[in-house]
Amino acid sequence: MKDIIVIGGGAGGLAAALKAHEEDRDVFLVEREDELGGILGQCIHNGFGLEVFDEEYTGPEYADIYIERFLEAGIDYRVNTTVTGIKKHDDVFTVITSSKEEGIVEYESKVIIMTTGCYEKTRGAIQIPGDRPSGVLTAGIAQRYININGLMPGKKAFVLGSGDIGLIMARRMRLEGAEVLGVAEILPYSNGLNRNIVQCLHDFDIPLYLSHTVTDIIADDNNNLKQIIVQKVDDDFKPIGGSEKTFDVDVLLLAVGLIPEVTLIEDLDVDIDPLTNSVSINQAYETSVPGLFVAGNALQVHDLVDKVTKESERAGLAASASLDRSGEAKKEIHLKSGNHVGYVTPQRLDLNLKKEMPVVALRSKQEIEKAKLIIRQDGKEAAVFEKRLTFVLPAEMTMFEFPLDEVTGTGDLTVDLEVSS
Amino acid sequence: MKKEFICIVCPRGCHITVDDEGTIEGYGCIRGKKYVEEEMHDPKRIVTSTVKTVFPERPRISCKTKEAVPKGKIFDVMDAINNVTVDEPLEIGDVVIEDVCDTGVDVILTKPVKSKASVNK
Ligand SMILES: Cc1cc2nc3c(=O)[nH]c(=O)nc-3n(C[C@H](O)[C@H](O)[C@H](O)COP(=O)(O)OP(=O)(O)OC[C@H]3O[C@@H](n4cnc5c(N)ncnc54)[C@H](O)[C@@H]3O)c2cc1C
Repeated sequence: MKDIIVIGGGAGGLAAALKAHEEDRDVFLVEREDELGGILGQCIHNGFGLEVFDEEYTGPEYADIYIERFLEAGIDYRVNTTVTGIKKHDDVFTVITSSKEEGIVEYESKVIIMTTGCYEKTRGAIQIPGDRPSGVLTAGIAQRYININGLMPGKKAFVLGSGDIGLIMARRMRLEGAEVLGVAEILPYSNGLNRNIVQCLHDFDIPLYLSHTVTDIIADDNNNLKQIIVQKVDDDFKPIGGSEKTFDVDVLLLAVGLIPEVTLIEDLDVDIDPLTNSVSINQAYETSVPGLFVAGNALQVHDLVDKVTKESERAGLAASASLDRSGEAKKEIHLKSGNHVGYVTPQRLDLNLKKEMPVVALRSKQEIEKAKLIIRQDGKEAAVFEKRLTFVLPAEMTMFEFPLDEVTGTGDLTVDLEVSS
Repeated sequence: MKKEFICIVCPRGCHITVDDEGTIEGYGCIRGKKYVEEEMHDPKRIVTSTVKTVFPERPRISCKTKEAVPKGKIFDVMDAINNVTVDEPLEIGDVVIEDVCDTGVDVILTKPVKSKASVNK
C-alpha cells in the first residue's frame, strides 16, 4: 500500500508529489496524458513563473523545471493511465486505473491528493441559440489542435470571452495567419490581464466588443460555420434589438469559463461547495472525507500557475502531516462568503490545526478600487481580522494568510469585502 | 496631448502617461518607466510559436525567440519559424534558428522533442 496517491500530473500534482516525497512519504502519481505537466504543455506563450522564479517562462518551460525535479526525485508514476474510480473502505482508498499497457489495475493508499485540473464550459453551458455546425469549439481545444497537433481550426475567426485564454487564442490564430474579426465580452470590462489586452489585441488591431455577445450561429449547406450574429447587451445582459452585427467566420472560439474537474469523487459522498463548483476543504486542503485532499485548478480555478504550485505544495505537506495524525478528531468551524465575496477557500477551519497559518483565497464579485476585507465571528460587528486592499478584481484571486490562532471562540466566521472611500 | 500606455511588466497593469515634453507619469516601479521608454522608441516582443518536426508522435514542438524582437518583425519571424522542420531529438533550449531575420536573436525550443516521462519509464 502507498502512503499517498496523486491523481493528475500537472503543475499541481508535480508540486504536491515532490513535497510529500521530501517528507519521506511513499508517493505514486497517475497521469492520463502521455506526458507530465498538464495544461502547461499547450500554453506555449510566456508569462509563467514570475512569482516563484522571478522569470518569465513559457508554459512548457515552467513544466519542464518541475518534471525534471520530479523525475530526479525518483517518484513512482504512470503516464497514459487514467483514474476511473475511487473507493474507500475503512481507512484505505482503492484507486482504479485504466491504461492500454496494463489494463485495469487497482492501487491502495492511505491518502489521495486530487490535482485533476479543470475543464472548459461549452456552448451548452451558455446556451447560444442557432445551428450546430462544426467550427464552434472551445479555446482550449483549439489551443491543443494548433500547439500540439499542428492543425488550424479555421481561417476567419471570432472569439467569445475576453479572459486570458480568449485573448491568448485570438493572438495565436492571428500569428498563424488567420483573420481574427473580433473578441466579444458580455461584461462591460475584460477579465483578462492588461498585458494580454495590449499584446494580444492592441498589437494586432483586433477589436474588443465589450457588453456584446454572440446571439446566433448560422451554418452553411455542409453544416460548417458560415456566420455569427453579435449583439450589444443591456445591464441585465439582454441583447438589445437593432444592435446586430454579422460576421462571416469559419471558426468561433468559446472562452467562457472553466470548472474544476472533480467528477471522480462522485462515489465518495464528499461535501461540495456550489460557489466553487468543487469540494469544500479545510485549511489543510482536506475534504469532508478524511484522507482525501484537493489542490490546484481542481479546487478553484487559478489565474497563475505560481499560485497552483504553492497551493499544491502546501497540500502535499498537509497531506503528509495527516498520516501522523490519523484518528484525531477534528474541531471545525465554517468560513463563509459574505458581502461582495464570490467564493472563499478553505470553507472550513479546523481549530486543532491552529498552529499553521491558513492561506485564504477568495474572489470578489465586483471591481473595488479600495476595499476593506473583514472577517467577523457569529455575525458580531467587531472584526476578528481586517485587511486593506487596493484594486480588487473578480479576475484576480485575492490570497492572504489568516492568523487563526488569534481567534478565540468556536463560532463560524464570515468574510466580507467592504467598499471604502 | 498625453499618450497613454498600459504597463505590461507585471499583472498590476499601471496606466502610464507621457506628455509632449516626454515626462512619464503614473508608473508604479522603475521597470514600468523603462517599459514605456522602450514602447515609445523601440517596442519589442517575445514571439512564441511552434515548429514542425518529423516525429509523428510530436508533430509540433514549442519554441520562442530567446529575447524580445522588434514588434514590426513579428510576422517575418513567424514566417521563418514556419519554414523550419526539426529532424533530430533536440532538447529544451536548443537553437532552431540563429539570428532570426537579422534581429540578432535566436529561436530556441521550449520543450524537449522527446517526452522525458516516457524516456525514463
Ligand atoms: C489557456 C491558459 C492560459 C494560461 N495562461 C497562464 C499564464 O499566462 N500564466 C500563468 O501563470 N498561468 C496561466 N494559466 C493557468 C495555469 O497554467 C494553470 O492554472 C495550471 O497550470 C493548472 O495546473 P493544475 O495542475 O491544477 O491543472 P492541469 O495542468 O490541468 O493538470 C491536471 C492534470 O490532471 C490530469 N487528469 C485529470 N483527470 C485525470 C484522471 N481521471 N486520471 C489521471 N489524470 C487525470 C490531466 O490530464 C492533467 O494533466 C493558464 C491556463 C490556461 C488554461
